[in-house]
Amino acid sequence: MTPMQKLLQLPVNAMNMVKTAQDQMGQQDEAKSPVMTPDGGNHNWYNGEPNDPRHIRFGSGGGDQEERAHLEEGGGSLSSLVTQPLRHDDLKEMLDSNKDSLKLEAMKRIVAMIARGKNASDLFPAVVKNVACKNIEVKKLVYVYLVRYAEEQQDLALLSISTFQRGLKDPNQLIRASALRVLSSIRVTIIVPIMMLAIKEAASDMSPYVRKTAAHAIPKLYSLDPEQKDCLIEVIEKLLADKTTLVAGSVVMAFEEVCPERIDLIHKNYRKLCNLLIDVEEWGQVVIINMLTRYARTQFLNPNMNESLLEEGGGEKAFYGSDNDDDTDDEEDKEEKEKKKTEATAIVKRKPYVMDPDHRLLLRNTKPLLQSRNAAVVMAVAQLYFHLAPKAEVGVIAKALVRLMRSHSEVQYVVLQNVATMSIKRRGMFEPYLKSFYIRSTDPTQIKVLKLEVLTNLANETNISTILREFQTYIKSNDKDFVAATIQAIGRCATNIGEVRDTCLNGLVQLLSNRDELVVAESVVVIKKLLQMQPEQHSDIIKHMAKLTDNIQVPMARASILWLIGEYCEHVPKIAPDVLRKMAKTFTNEEDIVKLQIINLAAKLYLTNSKQTKLLTQYVLNLAKYDQNYDIRDRARFIRQLIVPTDKSGALSKYAKKLFLALKPAPVLESPFKDRDHFQLGSLSHLLNAKAGGYQVLPDWPEAAPDPSVRNVEVPEWTKCSSREKRKEKKADKPFYSDSEGESGPTESADSASDTASGSESGSGSEESGSGSESEESNEESESASEEDEEEEGKKKKKNVEKIKARKPVPESESEPSSGEDVKKSEKKSKPRIGSSESESEEDDDSESESSESEEEESEEESEEETKKKKKTTASKPPSKPPKKENKKEKKEMSLLDFDDFDPAPSPSQVTPLNNFLSSSLVTDLEGLSLTDNVLSPTTIIPSGNLKTYELLHRITGEGLSVEYCFSRQPFSPDPHMVAVKIQFTNSATSEAKSLHVEDAKLQSGMRIKEFPEIEVLPAGETISVVMGIDFCDSTQAANFQLCTHTRKFFVSIQPPVGELMMPIFMTENEFKKEQGQLMGMNEITEKLTLEEKCQGEHAVVQRVTTAANLSRVPCGSDKECRFAGKTVTSGSLVLVSVVTKEDGAAQLTVNCEKMVIGTMLVKDIHQALTQ
Amino acid sequence: MINSLFLINPSGEIFLEKHWKSVVSRSVCDYFLEAKEKALEPEDVPPVIHTPHHYLISIYRDKLFFLSVIQTEVPPLFVIEFLHRVAEMIQDYFGECSETVVKDHMVMVYELLEEMLDNGFPLATESNVLKEMIRPPTILRSVVNTLTGTSNVGDTLLTGQLSTIPWRRAGVRYTNNEAYFDVVEEIDAILDQSGTTVFAEIQGVVEACVKLSGMPDLTLSFMNPRLLDDVSFHPCVRYKLWESERVLSFIPPDGNFTLMTYHVNAQNLVAIPVYVKQSISFFECGSDGRLDVTVGPKQTMGKTVEGVMVTVHLPKTILSINLTATQGSYTYDNGTKLLVWDIGKLNPQKLPNLRGSLSLQAGAPKPEENPSLNIDLKIQQLAISGLKVNRLDMFGEKYKPFKGVKYITKAGKFQVRT
Repeated sequence: MTPMQKLLQLPVNAMNMVKTAQDQMGQQDEAKSPVMTPDGGNHNWYNGEPNDPRHIRFGSGGGDQEERAHLEEGGGSLSSLVTQPLRHDDLKEMLDSNKDSLKLEAMKRIVAMIARGKNASDLFPAVVKNVACKNIEVKKLVYVYLVRYAEEQQDLALLSISTFQRGLKDPNQLIRASALRVLSSIRVTIIVPIMMLAIKEAASDMSPYVRKTAAHAIPKLYSLDPEQKDCLIEVIEKLLADKTTLVAGSVVMAFEEVCPERIDLIHKNYRKLCNLLIDVEEWGQVVIINMLTRYARTQFLNPNMNESLLEEGGGEKAFYGSDNDDDTDDEEDKEEKEKKKTEATAIVKRKPYVMDPDHRLLLRNTKPLLQSRNAAVVMAVAQLYFHLAPKAEVGVIAKALVRLMRSHSEVQYVVLQNVATMSIKRRGMFEPYLKSFYIRSTDPTQIKVLKLEVLTNLANETNISTILREFQTYIKSNDKDFVAATIQAIGRCATNIGEVRDTCLNGLVQLLSNRDELVVAESVVVIKKLLQMQPEQHSDIIKHMAKLTDNIQVPMARASILWLIGEYCEHVPKIAPDVLRKMAKTFTNEEDIVKLQIINLAAKLYLTNSKQTKLLTQYVLNLAKYDQNYDIRDRARFIRQLIVPTDKSGALSKYAKKLFLALKPAPVLESPFKDRDHFQLGSLSHLLNAKAGGYQVLPDWPEAAPDPSVRNVEVPEWTKCSSREKRKEKKADKPFYSDSEGESGPTESADSASDTASGSESGSGSEESGSGSESEESNEESESASEEDEEEEGKKKKKNVEKIKARKPVPESESEPSSGEDVKKSEKKSKPRIGSSESESEEDDDSESESSESEEEESEEESEEETKKKKKTTASKPPSKPPKKENKKEKKEMSLLDFDDFDPAPSPSQVTPLNNFLSSSLVTDLEGLSLTDNVLSPTTIIPSGNLKTYELLHRITGEGLSVEYCFSRQPFSPDPHMVAVKIQFTNSATSEAKSLHVEDAKLQSGMRIKEFPEIEVLPAGETISVVMGIDFCDSTQAANFQLCTHTRKFFVSIQPPVGELMMPIFMTENEFKKEQGQLMGMNEITEKLTLEEKCQGEHAVVQRVTTAANLSRVPCGSDKECRFAGKTVTSGSLVLVSVVTKEDGAAQLTVNCEKMVIGTMLVKDIHQALTQ
Repeated sequence: MINSLFLINPSGEIFLEKHWKSVVSRSVCDYFLEAKEKALEPEDVPPVIHTPHHYLISIYRDKLFFLSVIQTEVPPLFVIEFLHRVAEMIQDYFGECSETVVKDHMVMVYELLEEMLDNGFPLATESNVLKEMIRPPTILRSVVNTLTGTSNVGDTLLTGQLSTIPWRRAGVRYTNNEAYFDVVEEIDAILDQSGTTVFAEIQGVVEACVKLSGMPDLTLSFMNPRLLDDVSFHPCVRYKLWESERVLSFIPPDGNFTLMTYHVNAQNLVAIPVYVKQSISFFECGSDGRLDVTVGPKQTMGKTVEGVMVTVHLPKTILSINLTATQGSYTYDNGTKLLVWDIGKLNPQKLPNLRGSLSLQAGAPKPEENPSLNIDLKIQQLAISGLKVNRLDMFGEKYKPFKGVKYITKAGKFQVRT
């Protein structure tokens, strides 16, 4: 070893250069490589063999190179111990070098050691130094190392903490996330407070990715220090309210690990989770579905109620009539039902079972996931349906489960276990798929046995002949375990189905002549059980079996035969004593169970036929008396006392006959899967049929449903109101808002506080904030309704057409008057809140900023996604003109009520249908992409009431075709850098216009157009809206193009006002100030102005500015100042606007924009808007 | 959730271990190895094993055991599905999933595993996302790496997690934009001695290879979607649109992926492309038997049946065989008693036949069950169910992509009982 050590002292760098090159050449080269530099061997690290110590001792063939390699890996053997310092010097030196490539090489080798399970812990000090390394590759590997060894080297690990703490503050969300990830993975108790702090902070991070990481960190911290539970629950509660799909799965996972018993935390998030579900990633879906199954079991009523209840239920019951079926419910259920019947009939009579809409929502939203490619998701949905759905609906899962059976054998194994349990309860469900459970000779045995189990469960009078024919094939199999299982299966079929009992018995008797002993033995055992059912008719069989005692050696079978003969010795009076005689001969050589049965037989014969068997019995008992097994000795003594009359014989002996020859009930052959469904299906516990650690019991249905209103986030009457008018009436009701879920805890409490305080309808502030968030919630909620709408509408030709259609029912349903209004209102929801909170209290302010922050986070992360959504929404927006008028009217009323600029009153009824539409279009168009829940996040709501419509083509020039356009202010989904322009075609001619499309765009350089899909036909008198995207390159140059019909072409041009070239972004006050600070000098334009008379209120200013430019309001502490933020669509340059009002209508307008031209034009436009 | 993962080769050597929580000693694998010893075939190892402190959930795939260690309740399918994803990921990255490949790329596999799970809960399992974080090896890159000394870890930070579409990486650029779809159908069937169909169904899968720039939004429609009885989709497919319009609308991941799998309505009669005439008999007295198998085309829709292969697991008591094949060649492994007859293309004029004698071990009883025949076959340019792709439309991008659809029919679990 010494020469090697010396070699290692050589300048490592030089060596490594050579080595790195070699490394990449791959193994082949390496094997041949003549280079025997000391480092040369290092590259073997990734190709090590497990038995390196042996190689070290004996291996010389590979020469230096190979040997070195093994030393590198160093097992636990003596030789490696010797070389360890050597290896570490080498690696340490590499880690200490200045060259990243050397460090990387060293780290790679170390990680490879870890991967192969070698100990690399004593390199800790050298590695931990590199935690701050700039090179991202090295850093990653250092993290990997830290996570693995920090637990063992706690003191040293602390050295790295500061790096992560710094990382937590990094502006890059990915660095923040990875810092948190590693920090939380270091299992060092001393840093628990630091972790707690980091998690709390990350939970309110802007980036959903960081929040997701925070959710992942929660269980880590919990397992490290369970005392943090309370704090962690707070964080979980906060994250549960998160509206992004990215976070949902992870936080539910954390919930399940930390506080699965806190079901109350789910109430408020239930509907959101249901609606988000389809867009959550696969793994999250599994966790959420399993949790919701448990939740639903505690909150809803059993949909499978008693038939009698059904009858009483009357009309409404009939609607759910299918829910009722007896045979499907387990015993407990039946008991429960009985109870219900007696106790609760009265109640039920009055309140027939109607499925809770939330229950329905869950069932509906999980159903599409049966089509998932992920077996775990399909299984999760299947178990949810099995445990929660009305019986008639459970059937849908069968097809999906049968599909899973074509997957890998491990998947088959688990699925079959579950199918076996299900098929006991709901046989009908799988009957159509009977053939899918047929067994192939190539299936692994465990799969065969499970399939057999399912086939047996599915057997009934109609299909039994098919199944038995199939079983006949199986009996011939070479796989004897499987044959044995088949015989048992036949036995079970025979017990369950009386008609085939004789056939089965005959078949089994034929098997008795099988050459294979196992088969015969198994048959005997099964026949014994069958015969017990009707022994009288089968003395032939018993005789036949008696003969078998000569041949069969399997103890269980022999015992069974003896028992049978003993039990039915009266049916075979001649044979029985003879059998006993034979058995007495071989007694000493028999197995224990056989011996016991021989004694048994002897006793029974003695009682019935003592004349012939007295001596034999005594002989047997004597033999047994000296048996080695004490059980047998005891039995012999006991029986002797009992049957042989002696002078001392006890009182029992006269009852001996009764004792021995009592009529024994026939055994019931039961499936081992019976009643396994008290475990949640699909769970590990179910599979093992034993409670696994951490298993959450699936609760029984409650007797009476708990208050469903706990799930109402804002509209308690919502679910109950069947008619929309009702809801309308409710609009001004107090509880309507008081229940609203604020975006953050504080807001909510503030709401309710003020509610109780004011106690009147005009409790302005809190109401407004309530309704603000409500609009979001109602969206989720209304999804169900929207889906129904959709169903009604049936198929749609094209997405666009579809949208327009989908729109139709919306205005019809009383939202007509002000669909624009409510949109605008919800868009502004943050503004009035500010106003209100200001007037309310200081505390409110805090909550305000918090909530706005969270909105902002969302908007940022989803901006792209939203572009998509918005595109859809754009298309759906009603033509803006009529609403606009309405809008103003409404506003007057509002100001009368002193509601600032927005009226909560019409909101519930109006927001809803619109949202309906939003979500429905989303669901259809953007499955998998959109976060349904976020549809109403502020960015998507545009002030459609403020939309100006411009004319593109006049009716006369267009020969009957008039075209108008407006800037819908929705992000354009195919390209976020385009401005969405909504174009509305109205065909006022008498004939239909065909193939409307865009052609021959003449654009300034850099500008781009994304045409709308061609409109094939526009019938006379019809109107149609489409959306096209135009990239104006942040200039107000017009886009010129031709609008073509099948007959004519029209030159048209669209010129955007500068305010339309931007889109709103959300920022906090601090961020705004910060950004503003960076856009000073040339980028800042200030102008003094005098506000017009009508425009002196804050809300008027806000309204005018947002009308002039597509900006969003930034929260602001002072009511003298209004701030707005946005960014240009193409280049994403920031646009910041602030209006400071002074006394007497004087005001100062400041615009900060990276693009000076835009800034100047914007100042002009806003100035005009505010002064005229 | 998942505590640790061990990769074990068929001889029982643990060659990779990864822990996501506290380290679990590899001695826990002993329970598994014990079960493995007991099992006759690797497939017979129970997927779930209960040990005093842990639960072991394993899969056997590509001649490797993926063994995960679980400590608390978790849906077993969740773990199994994840393990399969790991195997698929290795396959995806390195072209195959085998012991040598894993050993060659130990560090990379380890890093991938690190990314795939966080605290035992899946974090990034989409190949598009993973590839952005850790770039797969290519020949070119390995040359570059050799020269520059860098590795395959992405030097730009991932963006995939934050892209709008979690399964598609952002900024895809191709000079040739192409989208190819393979419709592969497999016939699962059981035929009985007389040649009647006991059970037959068609499983189909649409494999896609999409290399399109930007964010294409594709719509694939079928001529006869009614045929499809049961479907499952890649997460990119919009469920609702399928439900309402029976079209597949999706923004595809970049590269190869399985778009959908389907099952053809069981009511439709399944065309069985070949028939098999066989007689395998053993004589009660003498210790030998005869085997005579003929394969012929049946319902082939005018296409040629290729790649026909007959596999027979002969009874254990067979001592030797002496057969002649009129077409193709047969191999017989006396250790596993596996007879494989590779026929190749099926010629309707001259039907291939395999016949000869089987000799049993002296004194061994006549086998009760005749071995069943497993048939393999392939028919190009035909989807046996009659499914046809109608058209593929692309929205959202301007260029014209190359499009192509290929149909193949194969035998799945096609078994003839004798």
